[in-house]
Amino acid sequence: MARTFHVPLSTPAATSGPAFILKKAILSALVALILFSLMIGIRTEAGPEGQLIFWTRFGDLAMLVVTVFAGSILVELARGWFGRSRLSSHLPSSLGSGAKTFSRFFAPALLIFTLLVPVIFYDQRYVLDLGILVLTYVMLGWGLNVVVGLAGLLDLGYVAFYAVGAYSYALLATTFDLSFWICLPLAGILAAFWGVLLGFPVLRLRGDYLAIVTLAFGEIIRLVLLNWQHVTGGPNGISGIPRPSFFGIPLTNTDDGLAARLGIEFSTTHRIIFLFYLILALALLTNWVTIRLRRLPIGRAWEALREDEVACRALGINTTTTKLTAFATGAMFGGIAGAFFATRQGFISPESFSFQESALVLAIVVLGGMGSQLGVALAALAMIGGFELFRGFEQFRMLVFGLAMVMLMIWRPRGLIGHRAPTVFLEKPTTISSTLVKEGHG
Amino acid sequence: MSADCILDVTHLSMRFGGIVAVNDLTFSADRGKITALIGPNGAGKTTVFNCITGFYKPTTGMIRLTHGNGRSFLLERLFDYRISKTAKVARTFQNIRLFAGMTALENLLVAQHNPLMKASGFTFLGLVGVPAFRHAEQRAIERARYWLDRIGLIERADDAAGNLAYGDQRRLEIARAMCSEPALLCLDEPAAGLNARESEALSELLLSIRNDHETSVLLIEHDMAVVMGISDTIVVLDYGVKIASGTPRAIRDDPKVIAAYLGADENTARAVMEQQP
Repeated sequence: MARTFHVPLSTPAATSGPAFILKKAILSALVALILFSLMIGIRTEAGPEGQLIFWTRFGDLAMLVVTVFAGSILVELARGWFGRSRLSSHLPSSLGSGAKTFSRFFAPALLIFTLLVPVIFYDQRYVLDLGILVLTYVMLGWGLNVVVGLAGLLDLGYVAFYAVGAYSYALLATTFDLSFWICLPLAGILAAFWGVLLGFPVLRLRGDYLAIVTLAFGEIIRLVLLNWQHVTGGPNGISGIPRPSFFGIPLTNTDDGLAARLGIEFSTTHRIIFLFYLILALALLTNWVTIRLRRLPIGRAWEALREDEVACRALGINTTTTKLTAFATGAMFGGIAGAFFATRQGFISPESFSFQESALVLAIVVLGGMGSQLGVALAALAMIGGFELFRGFEQFRMLVFGLAMVMLMIWRPRGLIGHRAPTVFLEKPTTISSTLVKEGHG
Repeated sequence: MSADCILDVTHLSMRFGGIVAVNDLTFSADRGKITALIGPNGAGKTTVFNCITGFYKPTTGMIRLTHGNGRSFLLERLFDYRISKTAKVARTFQNIRLFAGMTALENLLVAQHNPLMKASGFTFLGLVGVPAFRHAEQRAIERARYWLDRIGLIERADDAAGNLAYGDQRRLEIARAMCSEPALLCLDEPAAGLNARESEALSELLLSIRNDHETSVLLIEHDMAVVMGISDTIVVLDYGVKIASGTPRAIRDDPKVIAAYLGADENTARAVMEQQP
């Protein structure tokens, strides 16, 4: 504390003196004035006969500008008081060192809590539905993490595989009457196949170019689903998708239903709870496979590919198959999640697979800390759960949410859990600081 | 060519548009020996390296690599990663290319990717954890431990490669190349940026690689103390053309080589040499 307290004294007066603070505050106020003069200063509305009427709100505008001015001064004073280093660099490093013990106890606690959610919130359908939604995104995040976090390949069209999985299940189940448990692996395999198909043309692309092609791929899949009317039903989607059975026993209010067989009273909550544990199991499977893969040669090759592709080739690693397996593995998990989505909804349409979903899943991976399993789970909880939490703010929900994301990225630029845990060790397990780990170039 | 040649480069040319980086180069490297490739800046040494290790496809010429068991490969026809995987040619880079965010140990395990991949049944057997894979991984870790011990970094095994000192990173890159059990090890300026003591340690390491392992070494280096101290044969390039080759002693006294390094013609070089006591 003593060290950070002296920081303002040692920095030049130009960056902390009253003149600097005043200048910055005036500048901020000016920007606010320009920005809000039309947004707040003038209010327009359509009149009763359709004409445009407007009135001015200069009082509100002035109040806002003054608030920004005062706020800027306060922020600068606070920075000077606490020291710059504490806000920008000290915070992440202190959290990073404690993160190991933190995650050791936190992850099992989180898992136990998740297992108990249906017991605790048995009567609250809303919480259970939200839990299923969060877990779906946890699974998608973990799946995309293989591609983006481990192999370092920026994929903006991940929702395409989610869609392939969902439509695979929907079509197989409605056309061939196959059961959910047969369709689930099939959906995964089909999505993996599409992952390889996407992988081939983008093998030579890197960075922004790769991102654009994957983005286009996601759109192509969506547009095909939208326009291939006689197979996919076009914008009407596919309805009447069979609900999952409890390993062959239907969860319905009939004589051969699960409730009747167990001799308990039927309740629709049973199906919700079954779905909850189903997606939890699928997500944990994704997690388990990913953790195993990381410790296998293929996983190390993915991470090496993220670090340096040229060195990989010099070491005799086939970068083509390595990239394709990353795409295929990520796509497979996306496809399985898609199949789950289809059976949960009972109805799917191309609307559910817009670019926004891809962006959301990517945001979860980036916010969580690329490559970190726990980080991705927490980010999914924060993004999906947080979005619900901010419902109280009504129309300001997006604003608060956006602000929270910006703040998080300022404080923890490499995500919630930015450090990397080595896959193997000789003496002692260590963590590797996020500054050394590369984000990948592709 | 003699039977104990590991690398045979014949009539190798590499053109980039109108620029001839390497012109009709013919040389060979002996098995179990250290061959150095030297020359002034821009002589085309790294281009030759990139042709041998598959990063460039040569415009013309043939690069033949022969293993000890008589199996031979035409490197210019092999697809990039196969040069390392099947022909067993490993290389290091002028600007270090370690996996900075992975530990030293992980770097050495990535180098053993292909045998480990096979042992893991192309991931499927490894995923269920068959004992054969666990044994193979244990052997891979032992090999990594051996090399970490050799380069004196066993204490730093669990530290990120990017956190190591510059000289340590250079040695780790050599160890990583050696973990792929190469027949030919190509080193691109391994002594660049090292101090005198570190260079000496590097020379010892390279000599021990030559003596204790079935690995021949091809070396690009500017540090003449290293080159003259450890090389068995030296090939001198200038403007993409071989101007001399021979033992370190012969090269040291070759006026053509000195002329190339001074940027002067041969007669001036002779005059300079005669002036010296």
